[in-house]
Amino acid sequence: MTNHWNDLKHADVLMIIGANPAENHPISFKWILKALEKGGKLISVDPRFTRTSQMANVYGQLRSGTDIAFIGGMINYILENELFHKEYVAAYTNASYIVEDTYSFNDGMFSGYDIGKRSYDKTKWAFKKDKEGKTLKDPTLKDPKCVFQLMKKHFSRYDIDTVIGVTGTAKETYLDICKTYASTGEVGKAGTILYAMGGTQHTVGTQNIRSYAILQLLLGNIGISGGGVNALRGESNVQGSTDFGLLYDNVPGYMQVPTTAETDFTYQGFLDRITPKEGYWVNKPKFYTSMMKSFYGDNATKGNEFGYHYLPKLAAGKNYSFMRLFDAMHRKELEGLLLFGSNPAVGGPNAGKEIESLSNLKWMVAVDLFETETSSFWQKEAGADPASIQTEVIFLPASGSFEKEGSVTNSGRWMQYRWQAIKPKGESKADLEIVHMLARRLKEMYKNSSNPADMPMKALTWDYGESDHPDIDLVCREINGYDMKTKQQVKKFGDLKDDGSTCSGNWIYCGFYPENENLSKRRDNTDEGMSNFLNWSYAWPANRRILYNRASADLNGKAWSKTRVGIEWNATEGKWKGNDVPDFVVDKGPNDPTFIDPFIMMAGGKGALFASINEGPLPEHYEPYENPMSNSFSSVQLNPAVQFGEEEMNAQGDVSKFPIVATTYRLSEHWQSGAMTRSQEWLAELVPHMFVEISEELAKEKGINNKDKIIVSSARGEINAYAMVTKRFKPYKLKDKTVHHIGMPWHFGYKGIVTGGSANRLTPHIGDANSTIPEYKAFLCDVRRAK
Amino acid sequence: MEFTRRQFLKLSGAVAATLAVVELGFDDKGARAKTREFKIAELKPTPTICPYCAVGCGILVYSKGDDVVYTEGDPDHPINEGSLCSKGTTVRQVYTSEKRITKPMYRAPGSDKWKEVDWDFALEKVAKNIKETRDRTFIHKEKGLTVNRTDSIAYLGGAALDNEECHLLQKLFRAGLGLTYIEHQARI
Repeated sequence: MTNHWNDLKHADVLMIIGANPAENHPISFKWILKALEKGGKLISVDPRFTRTSQMANVYGQLRSGTDIAFIGGMINYILENELFHKEYVAAYTNASYIVEDTYSFNDGMFSGYDIGKRSYDKTKWAFKKDKEGKTLKDPTLKDPKCVFQLMKKHFSRYDIDTVIGVTGTAKETYLDICKTYASTGEVGKAGTILYAMGGTQHTVGTQNIRSYAILQLLLGNIGISGGGVNALRGESNVQGSTDFGLLYDNVPGYMQVPTTAETDFTYQGFLDRITPKEGYWVNKPKFYTSMMKSFYGDNATKGNEFGYHYLPKLAAGKNYSFMRLFDAMHRKELEGLLLFGSNPAVGGPNAGKEIESLSNLKWMVAVDLFETETSSFWQKEAGADPASIQTEVIFLPASGSFEKEGSVTNSGRWMQYRWQAIKPKGESKADLEIVHMLARRLKEMYKNSSNPADMPMKALTWDYGESDHPDIDLVCREINGYDMKTKQQVKKFGDLKDDGSTCSGNWIYCGFYPENENLSKRRDNTDEGMSNFLNWSYAWPANRRILYNRASADLNGKAWSKTRVGIEWNATEGKWKGNDVPDFVVDKGPNDPTFIDPFIMMAGGKGALFASINEGPLPEHYEPYENPMSNSFSSVQLNPAVQFGEEEMNAQGDVSKFPIVATTYRLSEHWQSGAMTRSQEWLAELVPHMFVEISEELAKEKGINNKDKIIVSSARGEINAYAMVTKRFKPYKLKDKTVHHIGMPWHFGYKGIVTGGSANRLTPHIGDANSTIPEYKAFLCDVRRAK
Repeated sequence: MEFTRRQFLKLSGAVAATLAVVELGFDDKGARAKTREFKIAELKPTPTICPYCAVGCGILVYSKGDDVVYTEGDPDHPINEGSLCSKGTTVRQVYTSEKRITKPMYRAPGSDKWKEVDWDFALEKVAKNIKETRDRTFIHKEKGLTVNRTDSIAYLGGAALDNEECHLLQKLFRAGLGLTYIEHQARI
């Protein structure tokens, strides 16, 4: 989230699209309702009429996979009717930038496409520079090659009738949503967008979110209280685990992993490749070197490029992400799999094929609280023949969240500490202890090796105590970072150095443990202004609660709205002050030409209406991999930058065989793959069965009654479930046909107190062109009554 | 650790008043009355954060010995102000569930059942498997460049773990052992 949960109450209009917080983030609704009590308006956009929709002033029905059409139409409405925040757009975004003549867009394709690689040459969309390398701009926004005009032209094709022919939204409702949300473009108003996996889990997922960001920039809704682009994250520490680099292409703090590309042969070359010339990221070498000092300590020296070559280098151009990992397992390239609280047999796309692939492993280690479908994939219960599966499986019992201590980072980036309330159950152990004991054993095994290949393990520092129980305080101190010589804690990431004199495990967290206090333990719940709770826990970066908060003030540094003060320029004191920690150089005043550049991480400091990601600099609607109709916006059906994996892992269904659009979702009573919640009595009793929601119209057509046993099938497989016949789904009236849409929870599997068919046996093994998140949220299927 | 315990204090006050009445001459029943005392009266709450979604609600846990006696929403937490959803409310059962695995288990190749093993055996197996596969598949150099990686072991998970755990996992598996297939729930 750019903002945080309590801040939702400051919104004038909230648009929730691809999320259902009333059920999946129930307590967040406390703050949404406070906004509504003050006269705020709630818009809910979703394929299904959810409990969030029930609380909304207006509900827009949207066929799964058509967000860009939906938002593109809103952008067009706002531009055509000049409802955008004019000063903000002109000064704080890249609307005025002039784009190179090589940029073009024609029939769904941007310039620079390489059909063989299914990728674009992004240099074709670069900004035009003058002789000194400065970006050319037109502050009047009239130049036909400026971002504003190109964007206006691009989205002019998203007229209301074309849009609703694709999304299936009723026209009056759609117009009402456009009008209501556009009202936040007025100076002083705030609109917020809340999204979750309904936005991201598509072949165009990243562009879906880009479209929300563009809308928010146009309306001046970023950086302000009650505004923002807010991802409602689904797991207690999915923010933290992402921050800490548990992804193949990220080390902690959103920095790159070295590859075998020629640029990366030396540390300096690598740094040159990953460090931009402008914006706050120019400090990346300081963060990277400090991180390597946290890995290798005194073994990282200037002489060995700070241990750069100890780090593994990815094969250049190879994608190691989740689905490609299972492709590799399918091809028998993987021997071992370590699972720390992970259950892909229920949670992975095309789960049936992923389960099959598990048998190709030589060994598996599962660290979990409960026996999961993945750790027991070899059992008869799973439909397997145990004798034929040669995988050795070791299950390590982990302790629960309050049986240990440590911090988690919530969706609003608050790093909150959890104290130990009871000793671990039975012989279970905290994951921290497990990884510590494992590391100590492995360090011991490599201790006497002189093989150069073993040097990274030998160089790795592991100074968290000499017993099996690690000293978590030492881990915390290392994450924050300290001076290598004096061992004094580093106070802020601005103090990190690239000469090896400081360490920091994760620069964005640097500052949570200055001197002798771990600030994630703070429990002062005083609201000192705008419900930012600056002394409750710690928010990264630098305890800022609302990102880009410089944009909450106008060009002179005065708040756009007196009732919504983020930070303001105090001329007397010569610094930024207010209700939040400034996300800006604190003493940068009006005399500095960059005083009006709020987006400090970006080169140029402006919000990116136009930003080069894999399928183009502006969002364009393409149909999902499996879809019921031809694309109304161009002749290009599928996102042209989507990459295909192993063909055998990804059968594609056709609308003639599978005419129904399907999506998946979550419930209040269960969580993710259900491993935790289906193993508890009360939650199991509350929702004991797998069900599929189908409309009354579809039920009638298929002769299905409420509570009937039904079979849902897709090109990947079929599952059994109970029918829930409901008014929450309605047939979709699209341009030239009517289609049915169904939805189902994905929490079920064959372990636990309650069991049921896994929805992910139906979902496709294809993903977004940038993030490769799977397209769980839009696929084709059919339903029939079970005999 | 400092936090307000207003509910705790309020409750213990009420209990003290009840006991004062009971103690007026009902000697033999005194012991029984005492057993009816609020179960949490003498327990100190420990603050935690809900393990489910990322709203990050505060929960107070009251435990005694090896039992979680009671849990409730933390009234001092600025986000949930004491309220919880169905999952947060039932968090006690994460501990009490009979389905919890409390001992390491081992499944031999081809076997149709788990066998309970001790930690030493389990960790030794894990360490040996990792070392054996890593050493055999490790690529130290590729076309003259030091690449120090193995593409044969994969790591998955982290979204339900603590930050400190994520830091050490990333450090061991990437910076130490050279794994490339490191992924978790944020990708899916």
